[in-house]
Amino acid sequence: MTSITSTGQAGRPQRRSAWRRRDAATGYAFVAPAVIGALAFVIVPLGAVIWYSLHEWNVLANTFTFVGPQNYQDMLSDGALHDSLIASLWFSLGVVVLNITLSLFLAVLLNQHLPGTTLFRVLFFTPVVVSLVAWTIVWGFLLQADNGINGFLAEFGITGPNWLRNNVTAMISVIVVQVFKNVGLNMVLFLSALQSVPEEIQEAARLDGAGAWRRFFSITLPMISPTMLLVAILTVVGSLETFALIDVLTDGGPGTSTTVLVFYLYRQAFEFNQFGYASAISVLLFVIVLALTLLQWQTRKRWVFHES
Amino acid sequence: MSPDQLTPERPTAAPASAAPVADARGSSPARRTRRPFGSQQLGRAALVFLMIVVAVPFVFPIWWMITSSMKSTSEILSLPPSLWPESPSIESYRQVFELQPFAEQYLNSLYIAVLVTVGTMAVAAFAGYAFARIRFRGSNALFVLVLVGLLVPSEVTIVPLFRMVNSAGLIDTHWPLIVIPILGAPSVLATFIMRQFFVTLPGELEEAGRMDGLSRFGIFARIALPLSRSALAAVAIFTFLKSWNLYLEPLVYLSTKSNFTLPQALTQYVDAYGGPIWNVQLAATTLTVIPVLIVFIAAQRQFIEGLANSGLKG
Repeated sequence: MTSITSTGQAGRPQRRSAWRRRDAATGYAFVAPAVIGALAFVIVPLGAVIWYSLHEWNVLANTFTFVGPQNYQDMLSDGALHDSLIASLWFSLGVVVLNITLSLFLAVLLNQHLPGTTLFRVLFFTPVVVSLVAWTIVWGFLLQADNGINGFLAEFGITGPNWLRNNVTAMISVIVVQVFKNVGLNMVLFLSALQSVPEEIQEAARLDGAGAWRRFFSITLPMISPTMLLVAILTVVGSLETFALIDVLTDGGPGTSTTVLVFYLYRQAFEFNQFGYASAISVLLFVIVLALTLLQWQTRKRWVFHES
Repeated sequence: MSPDQLTPERPTAAPASAAPVADARGSSPARRTRRPFGSQQLGRAALVFLMIVVAVPFVFPIWWMITSSMKSTSEILSLPPSLWPESPSIESYRQVFELQPFAEQYLNSLYIAVLVTVGTMAVAAFAGYAFARIRFRGSNALFVLVLVGLLVPSEVTIVPLFRMVNSAGLIDTHWPLIVIPILGAPSVLATFIMRQFFVTLPGELEEAGRMDGLSRFGIFARIALPLSRSALAAVAIFTFLKSWNLYLEPLVYLSTKSNFTLPQALTQYVDAYGGPIWNVQLAATTLTVIPVLIVFIAAQRQFIEGLANSGLKG
């Protein structure tokens, strides 16, 4: 490229290499905002939160002392943290099971070429574009002790439970509200997976005498299982990041029954001012989400292979 | 809906992908062909009915929100609940603006979401393009560095970011709600989606542009960017919604009511005992939801595909 020849063509490779150099400079300029942003608002804060987690740091008392792994040791004996992990586990489990069942059911329904399918696709998807806080407020209204859903139930002589004031029904409520909010997204992902299942295989199985259920469980389900795994992990990660729903609907209660990990983290940091301990919880949350996301990437690799 | 039910759409499409729900017993091809035509239509009508029933929990809350916001304070608490307000009034809508600087809060949410959307589109388009099409030393390493943002939920870094914002003296301003989403973790997904799009562009197009004497910026702005409209639209949609719905960050950074954004403001319509003033709260909620719903209905295909893509690739 850089060799100089005396022919008339000489200028060309040189121009090319100059273009290359200028091009690389343009490349750096183009990525600069994203890279600087990643450093300033992702990498540095991530390092900082690990560093803070090794400190006793109370904002009100204005203390900031290095205590090593003390916060992590405290986490082992913190009953409230264990409760929040259990609440998170129930919440995530409930959300993922209900969400996948319902979204797959809706996708199968929409895949039947029934009249009005486009309309129903829009209806099922609508809550996705409704602001989560707005959605939650409306459901809070519906889940009152003596009005909303219970008001309608009373019409039929049924006394509904005080949904948000009982440990079990409160957990069920937050799960259901979360699922109806987001199920449309997974429904669309499942729908496109269902539509990519080759018609010929279905047809062949049908000619072999396989019934509809049999075809669904032996052909459709295995063929969309990669999507299922992907959707499951996305849903679990999403459920682990649920904060607004809990804050608006139950405020973590009754008691601490719906205080999931993120909500506990928020409490420790911004209500109890324990920034050091909250940082340690942040690291725990990060590790959990990281493990799940890496698992998802791993499975996606296999998925791509599977498809080709 | 009823005209839809009366006209069976694509009746021929049914047999091949027969509904697992409809004929649970399973049917051999022979039985299927002998089956009277009417019974299959009956099955399909049953499925449509099922779909209507299932749609209730998706649609009813929105219906309930709108109708309840037009009820009086006494009617909203009366039993049995009425599906339609007895005397629809906009009194609660007046109170929305009286009890809080709601117009200001609305404007806050709007201008923040617009700035974040435009900023994210720019950052993501430039970076996504460079990572996909320009060869420069260290581009892979830098791309991985940026992608770390996909692994970090915003809750994980809220403590250090709060400290950062605090020491910059920007608490109770909108700066952290604008700058951090544009440059930080929330924009990484957008960069990733743009890169995935630009990677698929045929190289010949750019080569032609180069022959015509375009600079790299010219190639980007005149050739690549106009072709990326669909990817940009997806980025715009999910970025706007994310900003519009942001809750934790405003809660942490803002303290003055006139600075609040909508999600935070909605929760503030409470009486002296902290109980919600339902009709006013629902009126404010309706005002927040309706514009987005209208845009969604107008462009539902782009919304659904754009958001589904963002979920898949995230």
